[in-house]
Amino acid sequence: MIRDFVYLRADTLKETLDILEQCKDDSKIICGGQSLLILMRQGLVSPRYLIDIKHLEELDYIKFSSQEGLKIGAITTHRTLEKSALIKKRYPVLVDMEKNLASVQTRNWGTIGGNLAHGDPTGDPGPVFIALNAIVKTANKERERTLPLEEFFIDFFETALEENELLIEIQIPVVPPKTAVAYEKFNIIKNDQGIVSVAASMTADDSGIKCKDARIVLGAAAPVPKRAKAAEQMLRGQKLNERLLDQAAEKASKEAEPVADVHASEDYRKFLVKALTKKMVMRSWEQAKRLT
Amino acid sequence: MAKYLLCFTVNGEYHELYIKPKRLLVEVLRDDLGLTGTKRACNTGACAACTVLLNGASVKSCSVLALQADGAEILTVEGLADGARLSPLQRSFLDHGAYQCGFCTPGMLVSAQALLDENPKPTREEIREGIQGNICRCTGYNSIIRAVEAVAKGKYKEKG
Repeated sequence: MIRDFVYLRADTLKETLDILEQCKDDSKIICGGQSLLILMRQGLVSPRYLIDIKHLEELDYIKFSSQEGLKIGAITTHRTLEKSALIKKRYPVLVDMEKNLASVQTRNWGTIGGNLAHGDPTGDPGPVFIALNAIVKTANKERERTLPLEEFFIDFFETALEENELLIEIQIPVVPPKTAVAYEKFNIIKNDQGIVSVAASMTADDSGIKCKDARIVLGAAAPVPKRAKAAEQMLRGQKLNERLLDQAAEKASKEAEPVADVHASEDYRKFLVKALTKKMVMRSWEQAKRLT
Repeated sequence: MAKYLLCFTVNGEYHELYIKPKRLLVEVLRDDLGLTGTKRACNTGACAACTVLLNGASVKSCSVLALQADGAEILTVEGLADGARLSPLQRSFLDHGAYQCGFCTPGMLVSAQALLDENPKPTREEIREGIQGNICRCTGYNSIIRAVEAVAKGKYKEKG
């Protein structure tokens, strides 16, 4: 049963930030509400003020420039990303990710900003966007700030957002040449949450022989989407071979800090991290080394 | 707690009503407007029996605050038929036995309609993806897919 609240619809960013400043002690932002309403129904969240930004059109955009990279407004829906010709051409991994994220209905109404601000470690966008080196932009009444998405996630369902702050934009800086990103989650029912997921971004050197850079991000394997930094370091500057891949995947599974739940034990999740890391590094590497 | 004004169009009919902000779209459709075709089943966004179209896009009406539909056009399963004449999809569902207990049927029909509106000639795989969020516990998926496929292939062009 959802508890009563005061409903405040904001139609401009300025209005939203003003309201947020006034009501910050006991408010929640709702946009698509695909996660929030579940928590409210369970009585886990019961704000006094609910600030609706679903109609905040100024945060609904996808912009790209070759100098600055990609900028996505926070209220852009999953479905808009999935269907964007620009995203499909330049960031195909995001389309892959979106197609397997929940159901069409959820993607039609749920937003990318809401997904990230929810801070669920099983979310799909977190690992993929961190692999893409994403930056988030937030605002309060006084100022805007940016921080790496990696630092945005603090703990289970906890983010770096201050109580008077709104997530307004997700940015992907220019992707280095010869870079490819792959993402996959393991689950029993297609499009369900991942039991474990892994995103890998591989950058090949000019010759396409050695790994110039690697970013490996583990989903649902720690309280937040987690970089497997030691595994990445093993790959940098190296020629890839089966043995090195196995060693890096093993290292990534040691870096994971999964918790057991009804879906899988800790050990099983670590095993999945190992399997998926190898698969995603190989997949992104095969694409990266062929790029010009 | 104060009530708020909700103005929206449902199946072509304009409505204005005062509601508490915590009310969900499915509750207003069923309890206030009496449109009980839309089913409330899992109530957690998992089953999609409550699927309706909001400005042409399928959404789970149990997971949308009714006030967020202010100004929107909603289509429920009741809006598919033209008076007593069933829609092509509805007739195809009947012909293909694409239902068993019938509880998922309204959501299936609306999701399939959304798919066909966007992509009139979906492949079998695209049909599967289009209704992927809709759960049928009688496991009638194959006949549902066949029913949608028949419409996509133009077998129900004539109005029945």
